[in-house]
Order: sequence, then structure tokens, then C-alpha cells
Amino acid sequence: TVPRRLCILKGIYPHEPKHKKKVNKGSTAPRTFYLLKDIKFLLHEPIVNKFREYKVFVRKLRKAYGKSEWGTVERLKDNKPTYRLDHIVKERYPTFTDALRDLDDALSMCFLFSTFPRTGKCHVQTVQLCRRLAVEWLNYIIASRSLRKVFLSIKGIYYQAEVLGQPVTWITPYTFAHDHPTDVDYRVMATFTEFYTTLLGFVNFRLYHSLNLVYPPKIDGQADVDLKPTEGKEYAMDSESYLEKLSALSASLARVVAPAHEDEVEMDEFPVEGETSEEMDTRKKEQEALEKQKKLFEGLRFFLSREVPREPLAFIIRCFGGQVSWDKSLCIGATYGVSDPSITHHIVDRPRPEPQLVGRCYLQPQWVFDSVNAKMCLPVADYFPGVLLPPHLSPFVTEQEGDYVPPEKLKLLALQRGENPDEESEEEEEEEEEEDDHDKEEEEDEDESEKEEEMKLKKMEEQKTQSNKALPVKVTAGKVRLEDRKRLEQEQQSEEKRLAIMMMKKREKYLYKKIMFGKKRKVREANKLAAKRKAHDTAVKEEKKKSKKARRA
Amino acid sequence: QDIRNTVGNIPMEWYQDFPHIGYDLDGKKIYKPIRNKDELDMFLEKMENPDYWRTVQDKMTGADIRLTDEQVDLVHRLQRGQFGDVHFNPYEPAVDFFTHEVMIHPVTNRPADKRSFIPSLIEKEKVSKLVHAIKMGWIKPRKPKDDSPSYYDLWAHEDPNSILGRHKMHVPAPKMKLPGHEESYNPPPEYLLSEEEKLAWEQQEVAERKLNFVPQRFGSLRQVPAYPRFIQERFERCLDLYLCPRQRKMRVNVNPEDLIPKLPKPRDLQPFPTTQALIYRGHSSLVRCLSISPSGQWLVSGSDDGTVRFWEVCTARCMKTLPVGGVVKSIAWNPNPTICLVAVCVEQSVLLVNPCLGDKLLYGATDQLLESYVAPEEERVQPVRWVTATTEEHSKGIRLVIQHSKAVKQVTWHGKGDYLASVVSDNSSMQVLIHQSSKRWSQSPFRRSKGMVQVVLFHPTRPYFFVATQRYVRVYNLLKQELTKKLMTNCKWVSSMAIHPGGDNIICGSYDSKLAWFDLDLSTRPYQLLRHHKRALRSVAFHRRYPLFASGSDDGSVIVCHGMVYNDLLQNPLLVPVKVLKGHVITLDLGVLDVLFHPTQPWVFSSGADGTIRLYT
Repeated sequence: TVPRRLCILKGIYPHEPKHKKKVNKGSTAPRTFYLLKDIKFLLHEPIVNKFREYKVFVRKLRKAYGKSEWGTVERLKDNKPTYRLDHIVKERYPTFTDALRDLDDALSMCFLFSTFPRTGKCHVQTVQLCRRLAVEWLNYIIASRSLRKVFLSIKGIYYQAEVLGQPVTWITPYTFAHDHPTDVDYRVMATFTEFYTTLLGFVNFRLYHSLNLVYPPKIDGQADVDLKPTEGKEYAMDSESYLEKLSALSASLARVVAPAHEDEVEMDEFPVEGETSEEMDTRKKEQEALEKQKKLFEGLRFFLSREVPREPLAFIIRCFGGQVSWDKSLCIGATYGVSDPSITHHIVDRPRPEPQLVGRCYLQPQWVFDSVNAKMCLPVADYFPGVLLPPHLSPFVTEQEGDYVPPEKLKLLALQRGENPDEESEEEEEEEEEEDDHDKEEEEDEDESEKEEEMKLKKMEEQKTQSNKALPVKVTAGKVRLEDRKRLEQEQQSEEKRLAIMMMKKREKYLYKKIMFGKKRKVREANKLAAKRKAHDTAVKEEKKKSKKARRA
Repeated sequence: QDIRNTVGNIPMEWYQDFPHIGYDLDGKKIYKPIRNKDELDMFLEKMENPDYWRTVQDKMTGADIRLTDEQVDLVHRLQRGQFGDVHFNPYEPAVDFFTHEVMIHPVTNRPADKRSFIPSLIEKEKVSKLVHAIKMGWIKPRKPKDDSPSYYDLWAHEDPNSILGRHKMHVPAPKMKLPGHEESYNPPPEYLLSEEEKLAWEQQEVAERKLNFVPQRFGSLRQVPAYPRFIQERFERCLDLYLCPRQRKMRVNVNPEDLIPKLPKPRDLQPFPTTQALIYRGHSSLVRCLSISPSGQWLVSGSDDGTVRFWEVCTARCMKTLPVGGVVKSIAWNPNPTICLVAVCVEQSVLLVNPCLGDKLLYGATDQLLESYVAPEEERVQPVRWVTATTEEHSKGIRLVIQHSKAVKQVTWHGKGDYLASVVSDNSSMQVLIHQSSKRWSQSPFRRSKGMVQVVLFHPTRPYFFVATQRYVRVYNLLKQELTKKLMTNCKWVSSMAIHPGGDNIICGSYDSKLAWFDLDLSTRPYQLLRHHKRALRSVAFHRRYPLFASGSDDGSVIVCHGMVYNDLLQNPLLVPVKVLKGHVITLDLGVLDVLFHPTQPWVFSSGADGTIRLYT
């Protein structure tokens, strides 16, 4: 287990040897191979001695317990050897960007551990530490407004932020008690978490300082006054209330240097060499869009109903400049109540909300997520409570040419371009319905004509066979066949290609066939999805028609 | 003690089913008292008997006993938790052994120990050990507790020297795949699995599944449950991070179009046959072999229906039908334009036929040439018998019959038109025979057999002789009478062979659907192995003038390739397939049986198992 821990902490992984048989003494049995250099590198690690010390400590402690020497036990416990992982972090990530690049797993793990119960599976301190770091991270993302994409998946909620130009993605589970699986080795997870917490702590420190924020984070003085101490006491113990207030995510953080208002310096533009003016324009546009997205919810006041997951929504809304509050009894840090008239959006997730107040939109939580992904406030009509929601699309998919694009995505893209596809589509639908009838007739016509042609062909064939049998040769007037020049050319080209493929070398032919197979499969999958969608749409349409008829009747 | 029952201290249930309850001192059974009281009697007794409450049953004897007053009293006292004895007093006054008062006299008179006056040595030793341990640093005084990890700016001085070599070698773990639309809690309907797909998903191996979850749709966010495999997935990721071998793999990002070799366009390599022009119908069975007159005007074909047919090439008219009474295995027109003679293999004999077509002078001269033969004076021993045709045969056109001892497989002419070679399906050294038609003289050139001979060929210009066995092609020099070369075909079973008119290149078709091109100057291995056909190759042919060769196969197609041979020895031949010709119907799993080029035009003939001969121009 010590080598395993070392490998995890030092980030040593096995390698695939170039000649598996040669290395494995002629056998092809699956084995893992480490580089000898890596193993030697592990041996030089000073932390190995710390681990040994710890082992000795455990042995002594056990002995003392066995002999019931309580004084010794106390003394040993006081002198429990500890170790730090700073140097390993520094060694593995020599630059800060390296650390940011590898932050995905660290964040996901910390967020998972922070939801663990404080009993049983791992140390309480670890859970608390993870929670603290996670909250610090969320607060940083809010302060820097660097969240970009969010996604509600069936596994959990995915977030993607752009920190110093690096995309960082993490997933948080939905807040339910865990059904702890038996086939998971928690010691391995704990070792990973040990390293990840260290890493995340240092990263947080650095990030907070880059924004001139105080680390460990402190709630801004003004906000602190707003939070009355009595209110806090009801909710949590003094020792915990600080973290709780912080994790409420409703207050801004204290800064080391008071922020000068509007200190956004206009960035000078440095044209990159070899960049055309068009590229520069697009870049500029992108930047503008980004700035706009950062201020997506600016000026909006949200209120979260109690059945809505508070933390993710509060986090997202705050990330885009909105103000958010919730019921006072739900969590600490609520800033305004339900009846506040300035509330613009009320997020609810129940089929029939209680008497609605005038002057605010009652919306389902998906609206927030979809708006963030669309980089614009979407029309609210689709998201009213009790309404069948439009599909929630993944923001991480960028369709290439030839991929299947769901129609909702197309609609969204049109919306982003500033068109309003809804009206058109409705009109189209009506037209389509009319067209459908025409189409059917036409199809029937076509069918008939096809049948006739077939009949003709059959007759011709019969004649041919007959003429073969009966010798009297009959000459019929030939028809002038129009040669489709384009098609002929295409045929010729395809034949040339076929012939060239015949001449390929064996290995290249194999590769070529593999590539073509992959391409074909992709097309097939896209077609399958499209067909499924079409079938679904027609089914829905028919149902609609039926219901319409029923209503009419 | 009054012992009435001698069974001892046993559970009395053991006697439950017996009429007696034990034995008395004399060993006689003690019978249970007769109890014939029913519920009513019991009740009446309970009501009437004033002593009922103090009556108990003696288990040992089974008799009813009425408890005495003392006994009832005892029971009451025990119930109350008192002592059984009435006279026992639990609260007797305590008598002190030792008084609290200090006595004036000691109890013992022993003087105090010396060690109670001097410091303890053991303690001293212990203390000195502790002192020593502290001095040596073995025991540390309590450290101040430092629980929370303190963080600082770890990357304050980013030192470029700290980037070690191993960082350059480091392969960062690939990030986890980002979720697609199908993972959404409310995906578009096309991403949901249908029933069959779900079933298929369940039956798949866990490792083979494309998605590790079943897409689901929830009407609203509050209905979304926890994902049960969340912790497992994180754990699997951890395992991947430290147990999976990492390797940098260059992704082959090739454009598949680039893989296709750049060949000259077939259009630039014209002329070659492109379309089917004529069909020669007439045979009723497989047409095994074809041959064409050196002028290119007449075509001869041999078939399984026991006939040889002569056709005019341009009109597809059958000029003559010659019934030979057996399967025609091979047929060859004399390449010498001054001689009009066709060699036909029929069973055990080779017929030399004068077709009597074309110029009357020409075929008359051939007849004269054959008749001018004068038998030598002394009879020489020959492996075959030369027989002059009977008059009946003569009228059909047969001039000479060379009778072999075994069935003849193939016949081929030398370029000059005097010698012809025949292959006998035999395993002895007499497989190959060379005949001289003018002298009616045959010989067997080989002393030993080197395997089953498939095909033989004469070199068109030089005195070489090619013999193809199943896997090798041997080249013999006929003048020096020695083996000059042995070509490895890399095929399992050679079916056919053709030689380039230049004489330096050979192609071999094989039953394992390969075509091997040999450059005799280059090496004994094939210069190129072409796997164009899907089924066994039956025949191959070279064009006499144009750089074309063709191969016919069981898949019913004839592939015409451009095979340019350059005079420059340094330049390798250029092989380009130019046309796939289809037309023959596959019958009995056989497609094209023979292909043949027109001697002057870029036309190709093919004979098939469907009984037709087709001309492609």
C-alpha cells in the first residue's frame, strides 16, 4: 500500500513497453510495467521516511494500547508524525498553469467528498476541508465571473469555468445521501483526495491573491453587518456559521485593496502578426460577447423557492451578476423575502405554484441553465411552471459538419443570430399540413407512373426473350438515349477510384477500409437519430391532429 | 427424607405418556392418581373447595397436597423478598473490628526499613533514562498543535529550471469525456433508447457499452434522483489515473483520399477494351478454351459438349463445328501465319486440325506440308503414337492424331509453328512432351518429375521453356538442356501463365485469386502480387502488341490491366488496372474460363461457363 500511495501522490503511472514480449520474458500475460527511472525517482522521495515514521508510530501506539500504558499513548498521540505535500505539488506542477490544467479531477473529487456524511467512510477533517475548499473555489468563480457553461445531466451538474484561459470542468452530484458502494476502495480515494486538497488549497490561495481578495476568504464588511448575529445563531453554531455564511454564496468577499470603481482599463489592441483584420474583428466580437455573457443577469433579482436546489442556482445566478435570495428558514444569508416587489424572477419547481404575485416571472430552474448556455436570456414562455419543458441540450457538444444536429439546437443558433424562428416554424407547420395532402396525391401519381413504367419494362423483357426463342428477327426503331453527361462523368470517376483502390498496398487498403468504415458508421448513426426524431415528430403531430379533431367534434 | 418415588431428579415429563409415574422402594410402579375431572368439575371444585388456592400437585407422586399454614407463610415471605427463616434478623448491630480511635501501642514492633530513608535507586534510574532520552531528543516536549494546513503562494517564483526532463516526458492524463446531449436530464427524444436498444444495452458486456448509462428523461428538475454510480465512476477514474499505462499515440490523421495511389488515368492509357461488343452463342456447355488465328480473323473454341467451333471474329458467325467426341481441354492455333493448323486436346490425344478457313492457297499449302512427310527408315521409339487421320476424319479436317498414353491437359505451340508441347496429367517424368509436327517426332524432355505440371510455355523468341508446377515456375534452356531459373510464385496453386511478347515478363494466375507479375531480370520473386479478383483466377493473357494483360476469374469478371514494360532496364514495369469487364453469368460456381487477346486489335475475348464467348472492344 505504501508504493501505491507513493505512486498516487507522485503521479507515477505505468508504461506500455515497446516490445511487450521482450520485457515480459516471452510471455504475453497482461502485466503492468513501470519505468525503472520512475521507481528510482520514488525511492528518493523524502516522504518515504515520513511514511516509515508513521508506520513506527502506529506500531508503538498499538503496543502502548496493548500494555494499557495510557501515559505513553497520550505522549505518542501528541507527537504524531505529520507530513506535508507542498513540495510534491510544486514538483508535479512546476508552473501555475500546469496545476490549473489538471484541476478537473481535483475539483470533482473535492465536491464529491464534501457531500459525504461526517461519519464512517473517511475522516471528518477531510470532509470539512473538502467542503471548505469547494466553497472557496465557488466564491472565487463568483468573484471572477469565470463560469462559462453549466449542464444538468442525470449524473450530476457539470460546470465549466475559464480560469486564466484554461477551461476547468467539474461535476457535482445531486444533493442526496450516498448509497455507499461496497466495491470501492475508499483508501485509494482518500489518498487522491489528500493530494487534491493540498493542490486545491494552493491554487485557491494563488487565485484569491490574483484578484486581490483576502485568503482565507472573508465576507465583505458591509454584508457582515447585514447578517445579524442573532439570525446566524439560530441556524448554526458559532464555529460553523462562518463557513455556512460563506457557502451561502450570497455575499461578496472582502478585498485586500479596496476596488476602485470601474477600474476596467480599456485593453490596448495589439494586432498579432499574420492576423488579418477579419480575424481581429471576430476576436473582438468574441470578446464583446464574453463581456456581455458575464453581465447576463445583471440587474435581475431572483428568488429561489424552497424545492429548488439552492446552492447550484445561487452560484450560477451570482456568477452572472444577478442577485439572489431565498426563504429565511431555508439557509443562512437570505437578503430579501418572498414579498419583495423588486423581485423579477421567481424560480419554482412545482406543478401548480401558490397564488402568484404580479410583476415577476415564475420560471422553472432549467431556464437559468439554458440561458447561461445560450449566452442570452431566453424567452420565458417555454419555462413557466407546469409546462412541458424544451429539451436541455449539452453545451459541450460542438457539431461538426456531417454530425447530427438536434432541431432544438438549430433553433437556438437562429435565436442567437437574432432571428425569431418560432413564428416561421408555426407558419411552416400550417403550410406543411396543407402540403402534406398535396404530397400524398403526388406520391400516388408517381406510384402509378412508376408502375406503368415497370409494366412496360416487363413487356420489353418478355419480347426480348421471345425474340431470342423465335428466330425471325424483328428490328424495332431505336430510341435516342439521352446521355446524362454529368452522371457518366461521375460514374467514370468512381470507377477510376475503384480501380485505384484495387492497386493499393495491403496495409494501406486495410487502413483505408477502416477509415471509410468509421465514416460510414458516423453517417449511419446520424441518419438513425434523424429518423428517430422524424418518427417522434410525426407521432406527436398525429396526436395533435387527433386531439384537434376531437375538440372540433 | 421420605422417598416414595425412586426415579430420582429427572424431568417428570418423561413419564407423561405412561400410566405410572415412577417406582416405589420395592420397585413397584406408582400409578398416577386417576384424574377424570373435566373442566366443569375443575370449576366446581374451584368454587366449592375453600382450600383450592392452597392445593398444589406434587409432581413426583401426582397427588394433590394441601399446603399447611407455615408453608403458605413461607411462600408469602419469599414472594415479598424476605428471608425464609422467620427468626433471622438481617439488621443486627455491626461490631467494629478496628476502631477509628488511634491506639497508643503499635500493632507490630518492627523497626522501619533503611530504604524508607534513602532515595530510590530505581526511580533514579528511571529519571536518568528520561533525562537521557530528552537530551538525545528521543522524547520530545509537546509540540504546539498545527492542524489546519497553511497555504501560501507556492508558485511565487516560477523557476524555469525546475521544469525537469521528466516533465517533458510526462504524459498528462486525458481529461474525462464531456457529456453529450444523451446525458441530459431532459434530452431530445431521439436520444432516448427504444425498447430493443435498451435490451441490447442490457445484454452487452459492461466494457463494450458505448454509454455507461441509460439515457432517461425527467419532466422537471425536482424528479431527478441521485445517480447511483457516481462514487464508482469517480473511483474508476482514480484507478485509471494511477493504474492505466499511458502512451502517446500518434493519431493517424490521414485523409483517406491521400491513401489512394496516384495512378495515370485509364483514359490516358487507351486503347483498351471497354464495352462488350459481341456474344458468340452456340456451345451448349462450358467453353474451356479459346484460340485465335494469327491473322485475327478466325476464332476457335473448345467446349465440354464435345465440339470445336470455328467462328468469324467480326460477325460472330459459327463457320464450322467439329465434333470431336470428348471434352476439349485445350486448343491452340499455330502461330505461324503460313501454316493453318489447330492443335486440339481431346482426352488422350492431340488432334492437328486444318480448319480449311481463309485463303485456299494457305490451307492447301498446309495440307501439302503435312503430306510431304516421309517416314524415316528406322522406326524410333517414341512416347506417343502418330496416327494419320482416316478419310472420314480427313473430310472433317483432322489431319494427324497424336495418341498419348494418358489424358492430355494442355497443348501449346512454339512461336515458329513447328514444335508443340503437350502436358499430360500424370505424375511421372513423362508429363511434358515436345512434338515436332513436320517430322512427326516426339520426345520427353525431362528425366524426373518435379511435381504436377500445370502449364507449359515456349519463350516467344529465345530457346527457353517455362514449366509451371503448383507453386513454382521453372525456366529451362532448351539448347543447353539445363534449368536456368526457378521462380517462386508465392501462390498456393498456379492455374495459368502467360508471357509478355518481349519475353522478359511473366504473369501467373493462381487458384487463390492472386496474379503474380515476374520480371525475369529483376528477381525470382514476383515483382507485384495483384489481388484484384475475389475468386480463383482461371486464365491470364498478354496482348501481343499493346501493353495490356487480362485475367479471367471465377467471379465472372475479366480485369484488363495496363502493363507497360520499358526498354530501360532501370525502370520497373507500370501496372495499372484499367477496366473491369463483366458479362458472364456464373454457372456451377464458375465464371470466366479463358481469356484471349486479339493479335492486332485491343480486343479481348472471354469464354465462360455459361456457354458463351464474349468479345469486348
